[in-house]
Amino acid sequence: MSADILTPVLSARWDTKRSWTLATYEANGGYAGLRTALGMDQAAVVEAVKASGLRGRGGAGFPTGMKWGFLPAPDGGPRYLVVNADESEPGTCKDIPLMLASPQLLLEGVIISSYAIDCHHAFIYVRGEVLHVYRRVLRAVEEAYRRGYLGRNILGSGYDLDVTVHAGAGAYICGEETALLDSLEGLRGQPRLKPPFPAVEGLYSRPTAVNNVESIASVSGIITRGAAWFASLGTPKSTGHALFSLSGHVTRPGQYEAPLGVTLRELLELAGGVRAGHELKFWTPGGSSTPLLTAEHLDIALDYESVGEAGSMLGTRALQIFDETTCAVRAIARWTKFYEHESCGKCTPCREGTFWLRRILDRIEGGTGTMDDLDVLLDTCDNILGRAFCALGDAATSPILSGLQFFRAEFEEHITRHGCPFDPAAAALFEYTSRSRENEVALSGAGTVGA
Amino acid sequence: MTITTPTSGAGPTAAVAPTDLVTLTIDGVETSVPKGTLAIRAAEEIGIEIPRFCDHPLLEPAGACRQCFVEVATPGRDETLRAMPKPQTSCTLEVSPGMVIKTQHTSPVAEKAQRGNMEFLLINHPLDCPVCDKGGECPLQNQAMSAGRSTSRFVEAKRTFAKPIAISTQILLDRERCISCVRCTRFSEQIAGDPFIELQERGARQQIGPFSTEILGFSGAEVSVGAAAEDTSGRPFGSYFSGNTVQICPVGALTGAAYRFRSRPFDLVSTPSVAEHDSNCSAIRIDHRRGTVMRRLAGDDAVVNEEWITDKDRFAFAWQSAPDRIKTPLVRGEDGELHPASWAEALDAAAAGLRKARAAGGVGVLPGGRLTLEDAYAYAKFARVVLGTNDVDFRARPHSAEEAEFLAHRVAGAPMGVTFADLETAPAVLLVGFEPEEEGGVVFLRLRKGVLAAGTRVFSLAPFASRGLERLDGTLLSAAPGTEPEVLDALKARSAKGELARAAASLAAAGAVILVGERLAGIPGALSAALRLAKRSGARLAWIPRRAGERAAVEAGALPNLLPGGRLVSDAHARVDLAAAWEVESLPRAVGRSTGAILSAAAKGTLDGLVIGGVEVADLPRPVFTERTLEKAFVVSLEVRASAVTARADVVFPVAPPVEKAGTFLTWEGRPRPFGSAIASTAMADHQVLAALAGSLGVALGTGSLAEVQAELQQVGGWDGARAAAPDVDPATPPSVADGQAVLATWHLMLDAGRLQDGEQFLAGTAKRAVARVSAGTAAAVGLKADDLLDVDTAAGTITLPWVVTEMPDHVVWVPTNSAGSAVRATLGVDAGTVVGLSVAESATEMTA
Repeated sequence: MSADILTPVLSARWDTKRSWTLATYEANGGYAGLRTALGMDQAAVVEAVKASGLRGRGGAGFPTGMKWGFLPAPDGGPRYLVVNADESEPGTCKDIPLMLASPQLLLEGVIISSYAIDCHHAFIYVRGEVLHVYRRVLRAVEEAYRRGYLGRNILGSGYDLDVTVHAGAGAYICGEETALLDSLEGLRGQPRLKPPFPAVEGLYSRPTAVNNVESIASVSGIITRGAAWFASLGTPKSTGHALFSLSGHVTRPGQYEAPLGVTLRELLELAGGVRAGHELKFWTPGGSSTPLLTAEHLDIALDYESVGEAGSMLGTRALQIFDETTCAVRAIARWTKFYEHESCGKCTPCREGTFWLRRILDRIEGGTGTMDDLDVLLDTCDNILGRAFCALGDAATSPILSGLQFFRAEFEEHITRHGCPFDPAAAALFEYTSRSRENEVALSGAGTVGA
Repeated sequence: MTITTPTSGAGPTAAVAPTDLVTLTIDGVETSVPKGTLAIRAAEEIGIEIPRFCDHPLLEPAGACRQCFVEVATPGRDETLRAMPKPQTSCTLEVSPGMVIKTQHTSPVAEKAQRGNMEFLLINHPLDCPVCDKGGECPLQNQAMSAGRSTSRFVEAKRTFAKPIAISTQILLDRERCISCVRCTRFSEQIAGDPFIELQERGARQQIGPFSTEILGFSGAEVSVGAAAEDTSGRPFGSYFSGNTVQICPVGALTGAAYRFRSRPFDLVSTPSVAEHDSNCSAIRIDHRRGTVMRRLAGDDAVVNEEWITDKDRFAFAWQSAPDRIKTPLVRGEDGELHPASWAEALDAAAAGLRKARAAGGVGVLPGGRLTLEDAYAYAKFARVVLGTNDVDFRARPHSAEEAEFLAHRVAGAPMGVTFADLETAPAVLLVGFEPEEEGGVVFLRLRKGVLAAGTRVFSLAPFASRGLERLDGTLLSAAPGTEPEVLDALKARSAKGELARAAASLAAAGAVILVGERLAGIPGALSAALRLAKRSGARLAWIPRRAGERAAVEAGALPNLLPGGRLVSDAHARVDLAAAWEVESLPRAVGRSTGAILSAAAKGTLDGLVIGGVEVADLPRPVFTERTLEKAFVVSLEVRASAVTARADVVFPVAPPVEKAGTFLTWEGRPRPFGSAIASTAMADHQVLAALAGSLGVALGTGSLAEVQAELQQVGGWDGARAAAPDVDPATPPSVADGQAVLATWHLMLDAGRLQDGEQFLAGTAKRAVARVSAGTAAAVGLKADDLLDVDTAAGTITLPWVVTEMPDHVVWVPTNSAGSAVRATLGVDAGTVVGLSVAESATEMTA
């Protein structure tokens, strides 16, 4: 397999000099899509996005054009576009490099999309921890204002748009669209009751489209090259190009932009394979919230349908690669710790369930687990899955349920041997000395949940 | 037409058109409910109880606790049932036609989901039920029994928090018991509008807390001193309704300091009753243990207070059993001191004194404004039948002849007009001389409900916009004290401008309401102008006094110009009618004297005796003068506790506080609120004492028992004869205000130095600290600097208070009427509308230190 399966569109300009500047972006054909779009009927832009088959790149894969179609007809009041740039999923690392390398591409998409849905004030909600990205997007917006891409009468079209860039305050839950909206309104970031859905009552109770960075960034390409071109990429139901983020035990980790439907085997070949001398043990197709897959799934087409059929979810195409040196229990315990730390607290199953799951996993990993714990783990996951207020609770069960499905023996070994059979240093990609258990407990207790 | 029968607000009983009904099946039972009904309510309707914690019928759904899972299937387009993939929370699920719901009774999935969730709720919940206030009446405890496991699978260490946090002096929070149902925060946000607590942190460390820098972790940040100084409770957020959060907490996380660790629910005897603190007469429940009231809770009354009461109604009950309760009759002896006496001895002494006084110059009757209908009626009848006078006036506060005419014209004997429910649906409400949060209690909550749900527009004619008005999203129609009639007359749709024009237009809408407060009586011409406005705009007008007994006293005829049922003293037909009912030959013809005139006459010696009920001298317009007057006259006092009146009385009869008697309050709407005695007691109600006293004077008053009074009230009935004409009093000429002077504005705060709040230290701690309010211009003119204290003075005395700049007319100063450090009537001897002196206090540093 050669590199010609790659389809650099979003990432096409990433290796140009000072790629993030407006000048570079324009020199490489930037804002052509906007000029085209402003010459089109607003409805035609929506139609183009619908025809392209673009599905939400934030993980759920909901058709973007259809989402816009849910907005009620304009009533003269404000309507909003909110870009979800709160990329926080463990393993997911596509929006942040995109915004860092090509923020104008996102902005062009924002302007076209806003124009399409008749919005005059768009918001970009950037994850608060990535200050450098926040700054870069702010600068990009300033540049765009100066060149007349934002503000009043954009490019003489009579269309006005303001863009506000907002930095989150460090909460994974704010990637959930309604929690994001609450946070953007200055409230505590917790998911809202649905209905009403954001399309009807979103930001400030007004019709709002909430879209992922990559989805919005894909819009200008659809306008420039046509919906048919976009739809010709990928599979019939999962069209287009997408960023695949390979990380972990892989020779050349990074972003690989390819049509949906590519397989991990193909991507691994491009990335130089699993770490030299090792073999694949398990991987996540779309971040830690998608159930684990193993080497037997290497040839599954990475599109929404095929990954779903394999028992997982395509998610954000965050392909975390783990080789045989990895302790599955340890990896799952770390993810669970993440979910416990990030549970917003709103609903009981997620708040209490993740608290409990983490403690059981800690004991199993530490060698003081019992066989009954495995049943409690499964039952607790059963009591969280589909019972929580939002998808975060479901996500917390994914690594555990799939982990127990594929690696139950490893869990049992931790219990029967009263400890971990793996050497953490062997799995590390850097110089690493395992800390003592006491240190680990003391550190994990600080700033998180302590008894 | 100014009076209508209340039709709105019937709520649950309102008939629903069949087309708006949705038919569905729950556990195999078909039922029809109005469109928009939540599944959990639809189940309740047919007697199926689904466990829940966060759900509350008066709060917006949250879906947070996840306890109320049910399995749901809905018909698709082809009419075949499609099961929803996941169990649904029935507290957030609106029913739809053909929906099939299976609860824990018929669905193993729902049952498992509920059991699983209950286990989650309990893993971090402390096992301190045996010492928890909620133990025995705890929804978590109860539902753990029905939906929980007998043993726990959770073997880890539980999450703990330091306990408790004092959210205020009255409300304590045990965070580890909290299950994050957010009923309390939703209440404070959606109902009271004074969010004093909020969720903090996240995940399992999520907790309810006050706005504390310690918990929020803003090291170095300061609590907003400006905001705190603004309402001066020492905290930026205070609430008069915080006790409701304790009651709706489904676990023992929020507790009241006064009740904490005092009792077990199963040791308590509960009696439904009516609160005595304001004219809303909210439904309450009194819980007592062996004759001692341990706590009071909100009763559930959809038409009056829904399920909410003020903190005053909830916590201020210790006064009824205070150590200064009068237990036996007292008679002033030869030595000039009061001595305990037998009833016979006291009745003889009182009868002898009253007989003498009646013969000499006459006897006046001051029943006070806190009586039941039956008691007020007994005083009214006692004055006419026993003392032969119309010198009876319940008004122990600033009053006027204009007000008496207003009450006779508009209030007395009128069928129920404006109701609580009307406030909720009114398109516009104008408040005149009435601060709903301070003086209206749950009226404020109803108004806010209307503002939030139906878009009621609130206008307030006041010197400044209070925090309560801001929370009603209200519009201030600025008026300096005394100028109210002028502003009311300016509310004309055509000629007015700006806010006044908008207010006038809003009031013209059908269903608009004008609410006037009792203190409007102190402003000449104001009530006349309010009546003119009502006539002009078509808005309905309601009078909301502060005290629980005032409306009943109006109906009972405890006024110099009014007989029971709205009969006019001046109307010969009415007198004849009543004389026949009372089986007396005639009734006194002359219109009697008001409270002020009665006291003046007594001071002059033209009136020799006084029969006084629950009157607090400090509430009267001229307290010092009154005290001197009481020394002169022969005074018979009927009181619960020792007071300035009893100290000067010649004979004192102990009477029962509301908790120890039965009777009927009337709400400001005129709605009867009967209540029974909560505690067995030998204490007599006022009407019984008056019957005994009348007997000693040789008259059968017929008020010896509640049944007698009530039968007589039935017999006397209403009056369909002549009504009084509307008063038409001219406004007073505005006083001239020199430099260093200001016109006084004042009203009572809900929690203040009132004697019915005595003995409750935890509640007292939540009262607002007294401050004076002046405009920036006034402050500059006086030369006030930031840390100065302000002196407000008259010839009688000086009030010294911290001050805040408030957007209000220049040359106006506002101080609370009866708060600690600000006893306006006792200290200044004047009331709203009077010119007072302003100056910088000399010893500012001493006071603040």
